[in-house]
Amino acid sequence: MTNARIAIPSPIKSGDVIEIKTLITHPMETGLRYDSMGQVIPRNIITQFECRCGPDLVFKALLNRGIAANPYLSFFFEVVSNCTLEFTWQGDKNFYLREVREIRIDR
Amino acid sequence: MKSVLIVSLCLLFCYSCSVRAVEEPPRMPERTLTEVHSGLFYQSADTQALQNDNFANPGLLWVDRGLTLWSDDSAPGVPSCAECHGNISQMRGVATRYPTFAAEKNRLLNLTQQIQECRVTRQHHDPLPYESEILLALTTAVVHQSKGLPFDVTLDKQTYPYWVAGKNYFYERRGQMNLACNHCHEHYAGRMLRGDRLSQGHGNGYPAYRLQWQGVGSLHRRLRFCNQGIRAEPFDYGAAEYVSLELFLAWRATDLVVETPAVRR
Repeated sequence: MTNARIAIPSPIKSGDVIEIKTLITHPMETGLRYDSMGQVIPRNIITQFECRCGPDLVFKALLNRGIAANPYLSFFFEVVSNCTLEFTWQGDKNFYLREVREIRIDR
Repeated sequence: MKSVLIVSLCLLFCYSCSVRAVEEPPRMPERTLTEVHSGLFYQSADTQALQNDNFANPGLLWVDRGLTLWSDDSAPGVPSCAECHGNISQMRGVATRYPTFAAEKNRLLNLTQQIQECRVTRQHHDPLPYESEILLALTTAVVHQSKGLPFDVTLDKQTYPYWVAGKNYFYERRGQMNLACNHCHEHYAGRMLRGDRLSQGHGNGYPAYRLQWQGVGSLHRRLRFCNQGIRAEPFDYGAAEYVSLELFLAWRATDLVVETPAVRR
């Protein structure tokens, strides 16, 4: 079970710089730990996060091991028009999660 | 000091004639804590800020999951929680009354066990392990509805024996370290235990997100962790001993409000 939280402020005016916050459930297993049988617990992390507004890249992050579980990412974004934001998280073991949010400029 | 002596003498007397005050009507006993502090009080400023953040508190991820499960009607012929109980917001206040005596089971049940009961008898699911993600998420979401409300457990003829058992457990030495709960959580609350500050041992934030676990865990997980810390054999998840202790702890935390999902170190 994986789920994400995304916070987008409102209301938004054209030209506003808004903070977008994201939070996702993920164990972020480093691959450096051993289990009780002495076997290496394989690495299982999110490797890449992307936020796109249509085809345009808004924010991209490459994650590495050493980041705590359930990673929280936030970034700033200048809104110039209505758009559809697409959030994707990719990682080990074919991990993939996609979320979509609409940005509406309030008059 | 005198009253402590008298109480311990009374306890000794009770033990020596092996009579447990089970049939007596409940008397409201004195609380031993003069000033009650939630576990939040003993956390660092960063941890407090994380708990109080309505977005970034990672325990809310479990609440979200629980909300999805609450209205999940994907299984054919199985009513969702929402179908019987309505919107989850109507569960406000419910968690403050648990653990409670379930007449049909003739024993004390906590909220997780009640949810399990509901899932097995009404939704015809197979029982899940106590600490499973689904039970944990549902419990967290239901308890979260009571956030800000004080505990309100009932002490009556039926629950009183459990309360006594829970209280005895709290003040009983155990494990290789030969410590009782009260040694850390009453005598030394606020002092350091290695890198951590001892709290008063209230359960008002559970299920809570513990940074050490990097996830949400139940109160029973926390109690097992405490038991391991003093090198005592922990009970199983959902053990009657822990549910009784949960009742005592809820009573002991009467002046505190529910904080679920709390963030703890």
